[in-house]
Amino acid sequence: MKQRALAVTIGLTAVVVVIGLYIGLYLTAQPGSATASPSAGGAVQLYLATVPAAATNDPHPTWVSYYVTNSQRQDWQHKTTFVVPANTTVHVTLFQYDSATGLRNEFFSQAIGTTGGGFTLNGKAVRAIPPANASHVFAIPALGVSVPLAGVAGNAKNPCSNAPCTGADYNTITFSFRTGAKGLFRWQCFVPCGAGYVQGFGGPMQTVGYMDGFIKVV
Amino acid sequence: MQDNTPHFRRLALLWVVSSIVLTAIVVFVLAPGMPPGNGTVQASGQVVDNTVLLGLSTPVALGVLLCLGYCLIVFRERPGDDPHLEGPAIRGNSSIQMWWLVVTTTLVLFLAAFGSIELLKDGAGGGQGPNPLSVVGNPKSTLQVQVIAQQWQFTYRYPQYGGFETNKLEIPANTTVEFHVTSLDVIHSFWAYQLGVKADANPGQDNIAYVQTKAPMNFAVHCAELCGVWHGYMFDSGKVVPKTEFASWVTQQRKYFSPETHLLTPYRHTYFPAPQRRGG
Repeated sequence: MKQRALAVTIGLTAVVVVIGLYIGLYLTAQPGSATASPSAGGAVQLYLATVPAAATNDPHPTWVSYYVTNSQRQDWQHKTTFVVPANTTVHVTLFQYDSATGLRNEFFSQAIGTTGGGFTLNGKAVRAIPPANASHVFAIPALGVSVPLAGVAGNAKNPCSNAPCTGADYNTITFSFRTGAKGLFRWQCFVPCGAGYVQGFGGPMQTVGYMDGFIKVV
Repeated sequence: MQDNTPHFRRLALLWVVSSIVLTAIVVFVLAPGMPPGNGTVQASGQVVDNTVLLGLSTPVALGVLLCLGYCLIVFRERPGDDPHLEGPAIRGNSSIQMWWLVVTTTLVLFLAAFGSIELLKDGAGGGQGPNPLSVVGNPKSTLQVQVIAQQWQFTYRYPQYGGFETNKLEIPANTTVEFHVTSLDVIHSFWAYQLGVKADANPGQDNIAYVQTKAPMNFAVHCAELCGVWHGYMFDSGKVVPKTEFASWVTQQRKYFSPETHLLTPYRHTYFPAPQRRGG
């Protein structure tokens, strides 16, 4: 009888420990963060990329995602928390490898909250793009920043399949915005780009680390 | 042993005195400071409603709590009492039953009538659906603002000013505003707390809510319906501004958003935007 009670106690303890570990690991698992690099005039620089599918060794290799890269579009890192200093101009260069999906709300076809009110698309200064051409949006609602990202042509010669997309066709989008006080803000995409989910708003749109993440202003 | 103590009279006296004192404190001291404040006609109406409800429920709650406390103290088991002794069985009291029915029925019927009248008076700031029973103000002078909810941000369209859309909410002081609340994806809820406005944002539905603004003020806007991973971040703020300031703000917003205004879907009360599903 005593042996049985002991076995039950040990079994229950093991189950509780396993559940506790699972919950603890789940709650403490954070997508990696990338710190913006210094730029001229006290500003900082972020190099980002959007891809039609994460790397083949990713837990979700079919999900669309943001990545951190460098000016040469190399050194791809799957991080969606961007650390930037307070009260500073942040220059963002974004390499856009995905094709267009289109916006559900055309409001996001115009850049807002950026320095100068616009952005550049492949070197050309623009303020808005046709809503149907949008592949993604980089938006930080709490900072009033939103920039539409035009998709590469559907008939591109070298479309990217999975990250890293080195060598594939892409659009280059650049813009700047200014940070204010310290804080933790979310960024997100406003294009329903979660392929295979109802209205495209599931999967990577609802999971931190793919089409959304944090801006940590320090 | 016969207990001749007038328990009922004592308890009733205690209840009457404490009810008068506490209800007065609740109604005249606590209630005026209750949310959502007095920033708009609808918010003030909600404060009045909360005051009436709290004023009426105070004596009821006091009656229950006093009776419980009185019984616990007076009828407790004392040293030397026979633990098996029970009080005399209660076989009914038609007078108490009659008064109980009369008082509770009156209270419930009064509150039902009061609530209905308050709702019909000005909509109480709630969403009334596409065909509101309570139309507030003169439609010719009412400002229409469409609230568009989407995962995870509210945007606002002003159909009387060219239908421009903005991510900021500003409305003029001393004006009746007609909010048309809708959603582009899942169910959200537009909750402009200090305005006293709360209306569900359903896809394909035009949910109308009215507010009559008073003086300039700032107010918070929250989504009050769990709507996805960033629901907790779906909030912003708005402003009630003087009419002249509102006019210049509209001019500035129309100019700023001119590149995208012509790209917007023509103004409608509801939208079923494409793409419904990503092709990829």
